[in-house]
Amino acid sequence: MATLSSPVTIDVSKTGQGGGGTRPPAYGGGGDGRGDGSPDYGARLRRVRLGLAIGLTSITMIFVSLTSAYVVRRGLPTLDERTNTYVRDWIPVDLPIALLLVNTLLLLVSSITAELARRQITRQAALAPVRSIPGVSLGEDKAFPWLGVTVVLGGGFLIGQWMAWRELADRGFYLATSASSSFVYLLTATHAVHLAGGILVLLYAATVSLLHKPVEARRIVVDVTAWYWHFMFLLWLYIFGLLWFVR
Amino acid sequence: MATSATIHSHAPQGFIRKYVFSLDHKVIGIQYYFLALVAVFVGMFLSILMRVHMIWPTAVLPLVGEIKPETYLSLLTMHGTIMVFFVLTTAPQGGFGNYFLPIQIGAPDMAFPVLNMLSFWTTFVAFITILAAFFVTGGAPLHGWTGYAPLSALTNSGPGEQLGADLWITSIAIFCIASLMGALNFITTTLDLRAKGMTMMRMPLTVWAWFVTAILGLLAFGVLLSAGILLLLDRNMGTSFYVPLVVVNGQVMGHRGGSPLLWQHLFWFFGHPEVYIAILPGMGVASQLLSTFSRKPIFGYKAMVYAIMAIGFLGFMVWGHHMFMSGMSPYTAFAFSLMTMAIGVPSAIKTFNWLGTIHGGRVRFQTPMLYAIGFVSLFVSGGLSGPFLAQPVLDIPLHDTAFVVGHFHLIMGVAAIFGMFAGTYYWFPKMFGRMMNETWGRIHFVITLVGTYCIFMPMHYLGMAGQPRRYSQFTELAYLHKLIPLNTFITYAAIITVSAQFIFVINLFWSMFKGPKASDNPWESTTLEWITATPPPHDNFGGHTPVVNHGPYEYSVPGAPRDYIMQTDPATVASH
Repeated sequence: MATLSSPVTIDVSKTGQGGGGTRPPAYGGGGDGRGDGSPDYGARLRRVRLGLAIGLTSITMIFVSLTSAYVVRRGLPTLDERTNTYVRDWIPVDLPIALLLVNTLLLLVSSITAELARRQITRQAALAPVRSIPGVSLGEDKAFPWLGVTVVLGGGFLIGQWMAWRELADRGFYLATSASSSFVYLLTATHAVHLAGGILVLLYAATVSLLHKPVEARRIVVDVTAWYWHFMFLLWLYIFGLLWFVR
Repeated sequence: MATSATIHSHAPQGFIRKYVFSLDHKVIGIQYYFLALVAVFVGMFLSILMRVHMIWPTAVLPLVGEIKPETYLSLLTMHGTIMVFFVLTTAPQGGFGNYFLPIQIGAPDMAFPVLNMLSFWTTFVAFITILAAFFVTGGAPLHGWTGYAPLSALTNSGPGEQLGADLWITSIAIFCIASLMGALNFITTTLDLRAKGMTMMRMPLTVWAWFVTAILGLLAFGVLLSAGILLLLDRNMGTSFYVPLVVVNGQVMGHRGGSPLLWQHLFWFFGHPEVYIAILPGMGVASQLLSTFSRKPIFGYKAMVYAIMAIGFLGFMVWGHHMFMSGMSPYTAFAFSLMTMAIGVPSAIKTFNWLGTIHGGRVRFQTPMLYAIGFVSLFVSGGLSGPFLAQPVLDIPLHDTAFVVGHFHLIMGVAAIFGMFAGTYYWFPKMFGRMMNETWGRIHFVITLVGTYCIFMPMHYLGMAGQPRRYSQFTELAYLHKLIPLNTFITYAAIITVSAQFIFVINLFWSMFKGPKASDNPWESTTLEWITATPPPHDNFGGHTPVVNHGPYEYSVPGAPRDYIMQTDPATVASH
């Protein structure tokens, strides 16, 4: 990765005591752009990926707690006031399974296009230093807009989820109908909110290119969002599996 | 490319970018600190109102008038919430952690400065939201800082449970998001931005404490966030996550089948790690200061690191000990009890090592050191009642009494506050370039330490005598008549102790402008914040990247020219 980054000037004399300085200055990282020379995009990418992994941990905790609540609530008996006995009131939700399978397929394809976008921009970022050499031309780069396709497919998934909620409502399952339907809406909506966040970041990545930011900076945004997107796909598989197999 | 880098390489100009929406972790740290300072005075004011009401139940008090039972519960709820979230979580981690973690590991800033700014301003919004609860119809919520359902989950269960409770939950949810962003930043910074030579085992114990605290926050706040969302849905969307079939004022509510215990489990899965989120940074500061002011290396550095990790790990295993009263299976209670008492082991290791650090040292009794010793004292006093409460058989009679109030205030409340005081007196010269007044610092210390013990020690006796907590009025209960003088004593002690805090505030602000100028390393300390200018430049080290050759606590090393070796001193200063 480090070989892909733009030239970094390491001022060994400045790093001072101990005569170290083999590590490039940490300045310029994390979008702060502090420091003397060009930002070290390799270090920044590593840092943002690490941040993403840590962020995904907390998202995982949110879904772990919701799963725990789901499983516990599913097993709880409820007092029936007419007979004064404890009864099981968990009603399995009649999921619109065909629609959800289509949505799953949409998200799977979008995950693949996100990966293609990620690889595409990684290649572009690798070639950027070559392009910047005066007189060197690599020809016009006619790149397929994988990023745009991902955003469209992601939007399609959200619309599909909306249709699934409408379908659920038509079948008589509203948010407050029963504990099971509450959890269906809650889990899918929480996932949708996180996915919508991913779409916003992808849109940001697309607009960044219009703001003449260097391709290396854009690459970092696309890279971590693609990983985030894959995580969202796996998370959806998990939620779908939970709602289907633990009805 | 270079332009965008160079534009930001200089410190931002202009008031807004420099002091309000600053990306500089040092400014953000100070912002967190002052937010907590405002919050702590709000919280203390509420506690004084409660204490006065306890002994003069009919008194008409300023701002709140006559305290009705529901007003008392509002005061109690807001005192607890503001203190736990906006003081104990905000100042030690957001304040000192933000300011000193990057400097102590030799980094120019946090890993994600924009995220850092966002997490402060999100916290600020959360604080404004919770304060707004005082001013809406029905007033502030009644459900305590623990927000037990179904009281908290029904909008008609009390006067404060209308909009006030919604604002309370919203504030907590916003605070969770802010804390998650902060935790992410702290962990990434610690793992990725350490200077050359700053191995994990050369990190100051303060950094270790902030790091482990951030991990706890990362794992805990997400759970509270989802618990809060479920609560909001129950209140406003008619779901029944927490609410069973209930009748309120003769009216059958539409909920059915929910479990109040579900809230307790989710809340305490966050709530117990939260206790360590509050206290671990204080432990870090105490370790740092006891070593510095005893002029001795910390006793058992590695043991201290492993103890912090063990406390953090065990902190996630013990949430059930808050729920012994909930009718849980005795076997489950036994497991939670055992895990809870196991925390005594790493805690005792830490205490033993703190005492070992002071033992035989050339102790300098300056104000920061006094507070560090005070921290250890309060940690021991408050901690010893922990194993009592960890046993279900003792917890069941003591649970809802003043005994618990005394216990957690000593260990989680005031001990953590003493950690903050220690940090303030210690780092003030670096933060503001001037020294705080030593004499007034000592006076403040003596009054606060004695006052704290006078307030919270008697509460243990009150609790054993059966004085319930959360009751707004008990002066008419015959069996508690004999305890009224003790309660009066506590109230006077509280008024004096709270008044003494103005000494601190005046000292703080006076010293900021009029205190004697501080040198770069006034305490002859070894960690990286003391090698840089006072106050540190925008990028912390003035364009240099420090290279670390030593551990954090190399004091009184035989053969060394001075009695301390800076972490950046050449490796050959002394053989050891």
